[in-house]
Amino acid sequence: MIVNRFLQKDNNMGIIKTDKLVFEYIRRDEEGNVEGITRAVDEVDIDVKQGDFVAILGHNGSGKSTLAKHINAILYPTEGAVWVDGMNTADEKDIWNIRQEAGMVFQNPDNQIIGQVVEEDVGFGPENMGVPTEEIWQRVEESLKAVGMYEFRKHSPNKLSGGQKQRVSIAGVIAMHPKCIILDEPTAMLDPNGRKEVVRAVRALNDVEGITIVLITHYMEEIIHADKVFVMDKGKVAMEGTPREIFSQVEKLKELRLDVPQVTLLAHELQKSGIDLPDGILTIDELVQALSRVSQVMQKCKERR
Amino acid sequence: MSLILDHVNYIYGGDTALAVHALKDINLVIPDGQFIGLIGHTGSGKSTLVQHLNGLIKPTSGGVYFNGEDIHAEDYDKKKLRSKVGLVFQYPEHQLFEIDVFTDVCFGPKNLGLSRKETELRAYAALKQVGLEDEYFYQSPFDLSGGQKRRVAIAGVLAMKPEILVLDEPTAGLDPKGRDEILDQVAKLKEETGITVILVSHSMEDVAKYVERIIVMNKGSVLYDDAPKEVFRHYRELEQVGLAAPQVTYIMEALRAKGLPVAADATTIEEAKQEILRALGKERR
Repeated sequence: MIVNRFLQKDNNMGIIKTDKLVFEYIRRDEEGNVEGITRAVDEVDIDVKQGDFVAILGHNGSGKSTLAKHINAILYPTEGAVWVDGMNTADEKDIWNIRQEAGMVFQNPDNQIIGQVVEEDVGFGPENMGVPTEEIWQRVEESLKAVGMYEFRKHSPNKLSGGQKQRVSIAGVIAMHPKCIILDEPTAMLDPNGRKEVVRAVRALNDVEGITIVLITHYMEEIIHADKVFVMDKGKVAMEGTPREIFSQVEKLKELRLDVPQVTLLAHELQKSGIDLPDGILTIDELVQALSRVSQVMQKCKERR
Repeated sequence: MSLILDHVNYIYGGDTALAVHALKDINLVIPDGQFIGLIGHTGSGKSTLVQHLNGLIKPTSGGVYFNGEDIHAEDYDKKKLRSKVGLVFQYPEHQLFEIDVFTDVCFGPKNLGLSRKETELRAYAALKQVGLEDEYFYQSPFDLSGGQKRRVAIAGVLAMKPEILVLDEPTAGLDPKGRDEILDQVAKLKEETGITVILVSHSMEDVAKYVERIIVMNKGSVLYDDAPKEVFRHYRELEQVGLAAPQVTYIMEALRAKGLPVAADATTIEEAKQEILRALGKERR
């Protein structure tokens, strides 16, 4: 692996930074002949500050998972560079440090859990890092408490619900004391309650523990509290902003095969029907407040008449 | 023509210490041409129920009747049943295996012993039904996008010409547009062919938008079996069993609590919009 020396680290950079990141993979036919090159990530510049909650949206095949896999050095840039806490992911000597600092949680909890007992599974990461036994137990306890799964520590993971399993997976990552966690569609296979549990646990990690979160999801309601949203399309960052800025652009998101939360869509539809509502309503509360103002104004008009 | 489950009980590992009573006295009638949503938290018995519909598992007690015949009777032709009740499992694209899309869809009808011509006609019709363009027919199924793969897998089941199509979370992991495309396509198929569709889903929004009847499973029993409006009226009870109502239901409840005279039973964006406009308009007069 050649480290690109021209891309120097700057000292004010965030916990995760990509600089003109390009990732290409080579498509081959059955005989192994090169058929073509696909550019899955195309000159992406992102900068995530320590402690931020960042969401990545994008349709299937937009490059968001490929981007995510660069953050803990599962994939290496074809061009450009990725830094995690100041370490270049292309620098082989830092690879284990990077993977410890940037933990990853995937879609299917059943593919990530290996222990026979919940606490064993959570202890797997720190054990592999060579953490002393005493401290492993401490970390297991803290991590399970952080995701609200401590009372299940003696259970067998295969008796848990999807949301519970996914929280155990997250605890397994936390036990490695990462500075950031990347979650690639962690709720795609869960029922509504499981989704709620996981999102709540992730938000708590961000709020309470200050862990940087990168959440990839197709559920728009999950990210209304994010600090920043990146929308990917064709390997590029197509939109970038706060949830309110992003979700104000209902039509543009639809063009990008995405959606907005139901409450935002309803507000947008009401706007189109001539009701005077602000752009980018994100929560039920906001819509109810705005509509009751509208209703009061109408009331007054009526009284005046 | 219907599918009837009569006092169906199912126990996993019945003769062991780990016996789990997965289905408890299920009684359901599934008539022709309905669009049904099946919801329930993980482990509520949805998948076990679904596997009873085409005889993949046999009830511990009780019976399953398809068009009046007991499907577990000794001389019953189960192979035929499985072509009549088509199951599309979760992540069906993992079951694609052939060298190209068209051959993959031919696999089912070919195994029914149909002639080559009939097989190919059915495969073609099925691929059209799921809205896949001709240009993809001779590509490897593995080169397609997630949503396209899933449509090919559904076409593979449709090519068997089922009377009942069961889809187990057909949209899990798809982007919002892909989700809408698949469900719109299924709704259109149902309109055009009168096929019965059972949609297993974790998305209350999708269920509210498409189906006419919802069956709610909880701990192996049927908790509710009614029209979406009626079922989502019980949103507090649904929350207690790990489910929820569509966000729209909560919006309408909150508006009512704030004194806006809207009916609380809207479950889709369109209904909610009309209801809010009506309520505001009423005040205008």
